Amino acid sequence: MDTAGNLIKTVRVRKIKSYVMLSIATVTAIYGVLWLLWILLDVFFNGFKSLSFSLFINDPAPPGVEGGGLRHAFVGHFIITSLATIMGIPIGIGAGIYFAEYGRHSTFVKFLRNITDVMVSFPSIVIGTLVYAVMVKPVGHFMGISGSVALALLMIPVVAITTDEILKLVPNSLREAGYALGARRWQVIKDISLSAARRGILTGVILGIARITGETAPLLFTAFNNNYLTLDPTQPMASLTVTIFQYAMGPYEVWHGQAWASALILTFGTLMFFILAKFVIRRK
Amino acid sequence: MHFLTGRVWDPVSEVFGALPAIVGTLLVTLISSMIALPVSVGIAVFISELCPERFKPFFSTAVELLGAIPSIIYGMWGLFVIAPLMADHVEPFLQNTFGKLPLIGVLFEGAPTGIDALTSGFVLSIMIIPFMSAIVKDAFEMTPPLLKEAGYGLGATKWEVVRNVVIPFALPGIIGGVILSVGRALGETMAVAFLTGNVHAIPKSLLEPLTTITVAIANEFTEADSDIYLSSLFLLALILFLMSFGLLMTAKFLILERIGKRWTPRGI
Repeated sequence: MDTAGNLIKTVRVRKIKSYVMLSIATVTAIYGVLWLLWILLDVFFNGFKSLSFSLFINDPAPPGVEGGGLRHAFVGHFIITSLATIMGIPIGIGAGIYFAEYGRHSTFVKFLRNITDVMVSFPSIVIGTLVYAVMVKPVGHFMGISGSVALALLMIPVVAITTDEILKLVPNSLREAGYALGARRWQVIKDISLSAARRGILTGVILGIARITGETAPLLFTAFNNNYLTLDPTQPMASLTVTIFQYAMGPYEVWHGQAWASALILTFGTLMFFILAKFVIRRK
Repeated sequence: MHFLTGRVWDPVSEVFGALPAIVGTLLVTLISSMIALPVSVGIAVFISELCPERFKPFFSTAVELLGAIPSIIYGMWGLFVIAPLMADHVEPFLQNTFGKLPLIGVLFEGAPTGIDALTSGFVLSIMIIPFMSAIVKDAFEMTPPLLKEAGYGLGATKWEVVRNVVIPFALPGIIGGVILSVGRALGETMAVAFLTGNVHAIPKSLLEPLTTITVAIANEFTEADSDIYLSSLFLLALILFLMSFGLLMTAKFLILERIGKRWTPRGI
């Protein structure tokens, strides 16, 4: 009788303990989602307040003067990111193809692949200092193009790893079928592997772009900043992220408002890329 | 050697000591990992074991999106939203509650400004939660259902299965994820750039401003006028490089290699 009572008690204690711990787990999940909503709502409301048409079409006005915009930063950001994408994508995809198709069994490629894996989580500011030492210091002034190079270096590992992983999913029997038809290696890669993996590679590219659109640290001392509109990538160039950094740290209310507005556009731009990537992969 | 142990960072008289920045980096990283670890494991348990199938995509997408927000947004949001909140409410509360206690009390001395180690670590923790929980979740989901069913078959409660079957099985993955996230936190610049105050001093409490390697580089690089100043910043970058490279390599070769896990892009 007594032992049975004890047993029931133990079971009840264990059950309660289980409920408590699992509730804690639920609370942490809600905690995570809460921050997401909080950040998004703050960015949305504060940014929306300062969002105006003149933000996109005007150059910055001196503090205190109405109607300044951030046209230079939008244009600069677009140029820097596009140049980085143009440089980063071919190299990234090429590296991925090499990893997955040509260098499957070589130890050297295995080593390279490990380095690439590590590169993905690398501190971006260190890349910035590297590019500064290699490109900015010898020339003597900051350049938009060096910002693009820094961003491209960040993008390459992301694209390379995605391409590599996706190409590995292409069944070998497909490749063998190609060879059996007498295709050469490059023909097999071009017409079979790549066309089977098209969608996955596209996802990698989108993720790579999403990764670099929000980067600030490597741009601080490569592309630097510029208060005027410039289309010349050999000049210092403004970018949205660096401008946000400068404006948010600045003393003026107007600057803070414009920083929030740019933050809104940047956040939703980046999230759009991510959602797009998810959408592309889901549609299969 | 002087550089590593020096406590003074004075660009005007060209004396450079990196100790405050190194200590600051480690401190902020430690705070953020201590907050992020339990939360990430909790989120992973929730998503992989508890969440009804219908809401799973919602929660995992939400956590992924949290990881997709650019770090500068975290920094700015921390500066405008969290820092005042910390200064006005949280930190005075901490001081009143813990300030009198021996040993812990020391941690909460100083003026609550919101620009300090605690806020930096806190915002950084929000930022690394997505990375950590994604890896931990993947490790959890690799547990063979057979093992879990055996646990339930023995009459274990859900928590006991998680505690005694899933977590031990996923332990290498958890450790790998933690190291990877710590490596990420070390090198994170913009999220903390707004919040540390960039003061080259070893903080005596959690409520004092400090600096980290990344923040020092970000704020001072373009102002470095003398060669020795610039070289000092490069050396800081090298130290950071070695620290994070070491951590990432450890994570990769000791742990993730063993369980065959690779960094996979989020969104897939």
